[in-house]
Amino acid sequence: MPQFIRLGFFLALRQVRRASPWTTSLIIFVMTLTFLNLVVVSGILVGLIEGAVEANKEFYTSDIIISTLEKKNYIEQSPSILNIIRSMPEVAAVSARYLGSGQIEASYKTAAKEEDIDSAGASLVGIDPIAEDNLTGVSRFVIDGEYLSPNDYDQILIGAYLLTEYFPVESASFPTLDNVSVGEKVRITIGDVKREMTVKGIVKSKVDEISYRIYFVDSQFRDLIGRNDYNVGEISIRLKNGANPNIIKEALLRAGVGEHARVQTFEDAQPKFLQDIKDTFALLGNMISSIGLVVASITIFIVIFINAITRRKFIGILKGVGISGRTIEVSYVFQSFFYALSGSSIGLLILYGFLEPFISAHPINFPFSDGILVAPVSGTVIKILILIFTTVIAGYIPARMIVRKNTLDSILGRN
Amino acid sequence: MTTNLIEVKNLVKSFKDGNKETHVLKNIDFIAREGEWISIMGRSGAGKSTLMYQMSLLDDATSGEIFLFGRDTHNMTADEKTKLRLNELGYVFQDYALLPDLTALENVAVPLMMQGKYKKEAYAEAKLSLERVGLGHRISGLPSQLSGGEQQRTSIARALAHKPKVLFADEPTANLDNESSRTIMQLFKEVHEQGQTIIMVTHEEMYSRLAERIIQLDDGKIISDEKIKRVK
Repeated sequence: MPQFIRLGFFLALRQVRRASPWTTSLIIFVMTLTFLNLVVVSGILVGLIEGAVEANKEFYTSDIIISTLEKKNYIEQSPSILNIIRSMPEVAAVSARYLGSGQIEASYKTAAKEEDIDSAGASLVGIDPIAEDNLTGVSRFVIDGEYLSPNDYDQILIGAYLLTEYFPVESASFPTLDNVSVGEKVRITIGDVKREMTVKGIVKSKVDEISYRIYFVDSQFRDLIGRNDYNVGEISIRLKNGANPNIIKEALLRAGVGEHARVQTFEDAQPKFLQDIKDTFALLGNMISSIGLVVASITIFIVIFINAITRRKFIGILKGVGISGRTIEVSYVFQSFFYALSGSSIGLLILYGFLEPFISAHPINFPFSDGILVAPVSGTVIKILILIFTTVIAGYIPARMIVRKNTLDSILGRN
Repeated sequence: MTTNLIEVKNLVKSFKDGNKETHVLKNIDFIAREGEWISIMGRSGAGKSTLMYQMSLLDDATSGEIFLFGRDTHNMTADEKTKLRLNELGYVFQDYALLPDLTALENVAVPLMMQGKYKKEAYAEAKLSLERVGLGHRISGLPSQLSGGEQQRTSIARALAHKPKVLFADEPTANLDNESSRTIMQLFKEVHEQGQTIIMVTHEEMYSRLAERIIQLDDGKIISDEKIKRVK
């Protein structure tokens, strides 16, 4: 190892070891904050969308979603497809949903005229309550009343976004029902069929598909829509841990499922705009982090500059006794490296030891998603390298400025 | 025949303050030979320290020539001068100039490490040098834990550790009490007797007479260059 690096390291080590613990702690604290700013800001911004994506996957699409082909109202050969799915060892849970659309009406008993009836269009879904709950845990989103039981008849779960009480937005595009609560009677119209039903529960989730739907028990829903062939509109599949959705998708396609339905992994089903937003937020996060990086660089520059200025006499002495300028510069580079590495290490501990698991367990409650912290190790390592590089440069420049000054002027403190 | 270690020719050093130019050294000619102990004396502001700074390459002359060990230093780069100071010159500063973060041992070892020695070897040589100045028991003390005399002895140990051809000492006893001063001068005497060339700036008559040659400076000029004759 070159002599100037060995001695530079030696001098840096001694200087750091015998520096004021308060000063050292303060610099490391600044570096830790910078690291967290660099990783957490962009991580939260990406996590805000990632949270929505994850929720969509967990509570709606699951790992694989099978839906109708274009211009079809249902998935043909659904029972056979379900048999294929259930025979696959990688499959952990399946839920088949009957889909339809219709009208929900309230106050139809008290309204004087037909046009005074409070009504809204809705997506109607027939589910096996146990299978659906097993797959998506939808029962946890029941905010009032109770979840459906397999034997419930003429009872529905209604999405909160269909009710003014929970979604007080006046919009012609999204009409909502007033004064509908648990136990109230509502009237459902599907095609020519009208049926009075009781609201058993209200569901609300940040996944819109859940909050805009009305859930029925599948056996009754089949009757309502007149479907006796058991062909469903949607099948969600959750895989066992470690199973690759792409491989299962390929297996399903090879089994001929693709002839009757569209097979998508959760990533395929993810709307493109979500990925675009994610990329935009990542860019935004990086921009904000870059400002943090510049601030940190300036901080380190100032710290090293003040350190070098106050130690100018000693830098002069070092040069006076024959220590090369390069060695002295290297000693300051090592000090900067030490500060950046220490700050990053503490930041890493905070990030992966506390922040990430904590936010994962207690997601940030954003209006449209439960925000998580997205901090992949590869990205974090790159950010650490950026931080260290920037800090080392910020430490090197002031050291070089002071080292270049006349030796005697430095020793005597002359300008 | 003794070798000329330092040769100064027509040396001028001026400082500019706005339009005013002050000539601190005026056409100095001077030769220091191997094994000599030279005291440079003069009243305050005479240019003693400035002359020493030029000769020890800590500062750049305005004009004139300085030859160290036969090499013209005029066109040397800063790095070359630093290397020359490291390998051939030793310097004892008036205020000791020790590095506060380093122990006495480390202060002495650092130039040795810069010369390419590994830490273990440098520490061993530094320890010997500190023992030579009577500080073998204080090697792990930080400068702040050492007395003025001990600090100056550490500074001498550092200046001598790499066996320089010339030892420069700028008012080495100025900040010391009488006893410490005597100890330091005794040290200088001992190393000189072992053949060390010493150039020392002092304003103390008593110590200047320990040298074998006294140069008197006044107003930037050498006004006398006297050899001391000793009765053996």
